Amino acid sequence: MGLLDVRGLRKYFPVHKGILSRTVGLVRAVDGVSFTLEEGETLGLVGESGCGKTTVGRCLLRLIEPTAGEVRFEGRNLLGMDREALRKVRARLQIIFQDPYSSLNPRMTVEEIIAEPLRNHTRASRGEIRDRVSLLTKKVGLHPEQARRYPHEFSGGQRQRIGIARALALNPRVIICDEPVSALDVSIQAQVINLLVQLQEEMRLSYLFIAHDLSVVEHISDRVAVMYLGRIVELATDRELYQNPQHPYTKALLSAVPVPDPGVRGRRIILEGDVPSPLNPPSGCAFHTRCREREEACMHQEPIFRDLGDGHWVACHLR
Amino acid sequence: MRQGFLLSVRGLRTRFHTYDGVVTAVDRVSLDVYRGETLGVVGESGCGKSVTALSILRLLRSPPAEIEGIIRFEGTNLLDLSRDEIRRVRGNAISMIFQEPMTSLNPVLTVGEQISEAIKLHQGVTRQEALRRAVEMLEMVQIPAPDARAQEYPHKLSGGMRQRAMIAMALSCHPQLLLADEPTTALDVTIQAQIVDLMQRLKEEFETSIVLITHNLGLIAEMAKRVVVMYTGQVVEEAPVEDLFREPLHPYTRGLLGSIPWIGRKLETGRRQLQEIPGIVPSLLEMPDGCRFHPRCNQAMDICRKEEPPLIEPNDRRKVLCWLWA
Repeated sequence: MGLLDVRGLRKYFPVHKGILSRTVGLVRAVDGVSFTLEEGETLGLVGESGCGKTTVGRCLLRLIEPTAGEVRFEGRNLLGMDREALRKVRARLQIIFQDPYSSLNPRMTVEEIIAEPLRNHTRASRGEIRDRVSLLTKKVGLHPEQARRYPHEFSGGQRQRIGIARALALNPRVIICDEPVSALDVSIQAQVINLLVQLQEEMRLSYLFIAHDLSVVEHISDRVAVMYLGRIVELATDRELYQNPQHPYTKALLSAVPVPDPGVRGRRIILEGDVPSPLNPPSGCAFHTRCREREEACMHQEPIFRDLGDGHWVACHLR
Repeated sequence: MRQGFLLSVRGLRTRFHTYDGVVTAVDRVSLDVYRGETLGVVGESGCGKSVTALSILRLLRSPPAEIEGIIRFEGTNLLDLSRDEIRRVRGNAISMIFQEPMTSLNPVLTVGEQISEAIKLHQGVTRQEALRRAVEMLEMVQIPAPDARAQEYPHKLSGGMRQRAMIAMALSCHPQLLLADEPTTALDVTIQAQIVDLMQRLKEEFETSIVLITHNLGLIAEMAKRVVVMYTGQVVEEAPVEDLFREPLHPYTRGLLGSIPWIGRKLETGRRQLQEIPGIVPSLLEMPDGCRFHPRCNQAMDICRKEEPPLIEPNDRRKVLCWLWA
């Protein structure tokens, strides 16, 4: 059993229409996702827009209430927990967000932002809180004298550091990182990735690293899960996924990422069309409409997500 | 295909008059585009790469913008043209595609109407003929059911489709030069791959020269023949793409290449830490003295802090703006 165990997680959003707001359909944003996050590891969750990766992250913390499934953290199921119990758990299960501009309260100083979780969750005295805040700001690479300033005075990368300091305040075990570097320029992106790596080593953190950029995910993760239309289609160690991808979608995704080496142009798999709507996903394997290797069974039968051995999981009829 | 320059920019300087003072967004930029080549322009937010493209087509309102220098296209300095004359160039001999396919299409015109507008204007054909050519263009950029799509409004199209429609519009008058400003940045990677593939094929078919503006070094490696690296409004390095990736000369270029993760990099190097460029890009209102990169440069010398670096040409194909090579 891992630190965080997710089984059959589902989130269906109802679609309303008309003056009576009748439910006319369901968007299957997350449709049966299962994975385990081990202590001290980074699990990457990668996929294109609308694949449900962000919804998964929010469901784990119940920022969005899941429709069905099980989320076990430190052995206890978070779904069905009362508010007070959930509040206590959230101290050890934290999240950092993509947009460093909208996820910090503009009316609070950095000091207040980082101190807020300490005030809400602990009985630390003012002095203790001050010391802790100063330690945390230093830990994420900000000057302690900057703590009196407001978020708008900082650049995107520095704001992301503030978000990280806030997430670290209560000594969490797991941090859900939802596209933490996507809004940043490449030179700043490297700074934040390095900070996350370094903090993980120092504090033995586990990360669920959610992003659309496969090269960033592969770089930071020990294992990677690839999502397509609300489901995980492949899950393997970073090395396996890179050297021996099995799912046709993973292969296409890997080949689509431009390599920063002019010597290796071309040789890419071009997928046809767009991702289908999760309101009306294709029958059988959800990827069959864009798959070049599809067979008869793919159109009618849903593939089972199974272990090929050595923890390399794939949901594909052809493997 | 090196038959001389199609576009030759010399000493381009674009300044904006703002309440906080005069901001020089593009500072003495010189670059050349050969016929049929793809020139990559790479840099981070605020380096002036987009403003360079907008200046070339004179799409900036002036004031507050003030553009100086020479932008020679087919022998004519675009900065000397009257407003009517430059309008005849835009969308005709030079066209542009933008990053945001959502905001750069008109939401109240059908896709067909928008594309045919330029054709009608520049080629003087009838409305029906222009519409017919618009459908042809949509077919060329591989939009399924182009007849039906031409009658739809942009909101009905997906992001990838909209970018295809933008490309169809940009290429509708067979331009000699296409300015592509972050053409795939808003798109998912599998859709990006489709668009890159499309641009490459169309470029060969129409022999269009492309200026590809992007922050994505992978895309540069994939598409560009030569590359210009920009930092704080200046060109800091220029090189053929292979040379730039094999042996970057400017410390900023080296830092950029070191700071990007790519698939397999960690397995190759065994390192999870990436190389960092310390600090942040300075504000255009508070440029450091000397070399603008010196506060972030790990090889900065005394002279870098005091005097602006000279443009060095180590060979006839490369340029670098740095004291290290002086």
